[in-house]
Amino acid sequence: MIQAEKNGSSNDYVIDCDLNELYYGSFKAVRDTRVPIKKGEVTAFIGPSGCGKSTVLRCLNRMNDLIRGFRFEGHVQFRGRDIYHPSVDPVAVRRYIGMVFQQPNPFAMSIYKNITYGLRINGFRGNYDEVVEKALRGAALWDEVKDKLKQSGLSLSGGQQQRLCIARAIAVEPEVLLMDEPCSALDPIATRKVEELMAELKKKYTIAIVTHNMQQAQRVADRTAFLYVDTTEGGRTGYLVEFGETGQIFEDPREQHTRDYISGQFS
Amino acid sequence: MELETASEISRPPSAFQRTSDRVFRAVSLLFAWATILVVLYIVWEIGGQSVPALEQYGFGFLTGQTWDPNREQYGILPEIWGTMYSSLLALLIGTVFGVAVAIFLNEGYLGGATYGILKLFGVHLHPVYSRLPSALENLLKNLVELLAAIPSVVYGLWGIFVVIPLIRPACNWLHENMEWFPLFSTPLSGPGMLPASLVLAIMILPTIAAISRDALVAVPPKLREASYGLGATRWETLLAVILPTAAGGIFGAVVLAFGRALGETMALAMLVGNANRISVSLFSPGNTLAALLANNFAEAGGDETKVAVLMYAGLVLMAITLLVNMFGAFILQRSTAGLKGLN
Repeated sequence: MIQAEKNGSSNDYVIDCDLNELYYGSFKAVRDTRVPIKKGEVTAFIGPSGCGKSTVLRCLNRMNDLIRGFRFEGHVQFRGRDIYHPSVDPVAVRRYIGMVFQQPNPFAMSIYKNITYGLRINGFRGNYDEVVEKALRGAALWDEVKDKLKQSGLSLSGGQQQRLCIARAIAVEPEVLLMDEPCSALDPIATRKVEELMAELKKKYTIAIVTHNMQQAQRVADRTAFLYVDTTEGGRTGYLVEFGETGQIFEDPREQHTRDYISGQFS
Repeated sequence: MELETASEISRPPSAFQRTSDRVFRAVSLLFAWATILVVLYIVWEIGGQSVPALEQYGFGFLTGQTWDPNREQYGILPEIWGTMYSSLLALLIGTVFGVAVAIFLNEGYLGGATYGILKLFGVHLHPVYSRLPSALENLLKNLVELLAAIPSVVYGLWGIFVVIPLIRPACNWLHENMEWFPLFSTPLSGPGMLPASLVLAIMILPTIAAISRDALVAVPPKLREASYGLGATRWETLLAVILPTAAGGIFGAVVLAFGRALGETMALAMLVGNANRISVSLFSPGNTLAALLANNFAEAGGDETKVAVLMYAGLVLMAITLLVNMFGAFILQRSTAGLKGLN
């Protein structure tokens, strides 16, 4: 199922994620998942709860390193370089590969400072005002907050907070933006705004998104990876069932599991 | 009026249930008011019994520097000074160490280091050894809290026979070589402000460490993730996100500890030197309000003036503690106002 994806030139793929086996301590969380992520596209991860979609996504910028006992066999390459190589600093990886989380998580500081946080830790010496405006415009939030940049980021509504988090992530101009169920805490109107934003963002950034909303995957993703849970060994191990263009996954899935899942006949 | 119900299961509360509910509420109310009344009664009595001293010495009591029962001259400025000096010094030391301990325990420094060592030996997934990181963190946390269980008088004893001999050579070296520096202007002959403050710092450390740790635990994990996700190091995350978010709670810990330091009696009475003196030197003996009361109540006995004087001093100590706590509550309220909406 991966073979078809290998034809393009290797430069098209900004991330090559190949996880043979992934463990938290002695718990095997994910196996046999290979998802190459193409530059300038939106790649979605769908699947039932506990299938390891978020775990896979968090491997892509080494967020899992924060969890004691995490280890995996396989490799994750970013522009052809192994990001888990001992000489690579996980902090540096996260500056190239940004992340937006499930719960909006602005810092308890002003909107302005939320955006400039990433710049300050990067030692950016330039016009902060410019970057703040650009990032907020990029996240379609500028018009709503331009008069209250000094107010706390926590004073915004949930949807605005999430767009603030997107603005904060793109302020440091990462190459890849990982989004872990970015709309699950938002109402439908805010969700639509974030989805429209994604279509805009993918012109500049490569996006990988985890979603449990299949319509969302269909709306925003160019390619979709379907993960499923394997309980045969007594544990709950997620694995990749099928990966392909979104249209093909939803209209003509090759695997029975995929077909069952997208048609709702899911046990 | 009783409601008619068809069901056997859902019934209105019986007369007994209603009565016991009412009785419980009345009893709770009684105890709550009793507590408040006891506090008011203490303030009332101490205030009332200090009236003779208030009339006789007035405001001069707070600024006077003599304590001479024979001539009936009383002033507690040196004690007020000593109380604030020792408490603030102890607070400074205790806060640095207490917050550091809280960070060390909660931010995974200890656990991470232990995990790293286990990994070096390749046993980090071993069913027994893999529990070591969190077990160590727990052990250390309990050890720190155990500091609070040591009786005050034992601290005093330890201070006299261990701390003072231990620090005396260094203190006197500092005095001999840097006498021009006000903090080192007197020699340490035995009891003094520094040993008293050091022991006091250790006594308030568990308060600061435990409450600061709670404040750090209460920082939502999603904020850490956000910071790490932007490529911040652990240090940057700690300084720019975690500590500011927990600042309100940490400040609360510091104020609580300050309140405790102000009122701490036994260890200070043993260590501070009980000298009626105002000095900025760390090594000079001094006195505190609490130690003054502890050292003088026995001989006050039937002497009404002296009892009134001690009550007056007690009133001042109470007022200082109250002010500190009110100030702390005020700052706490202001500093946590910005965190609304964070969960």
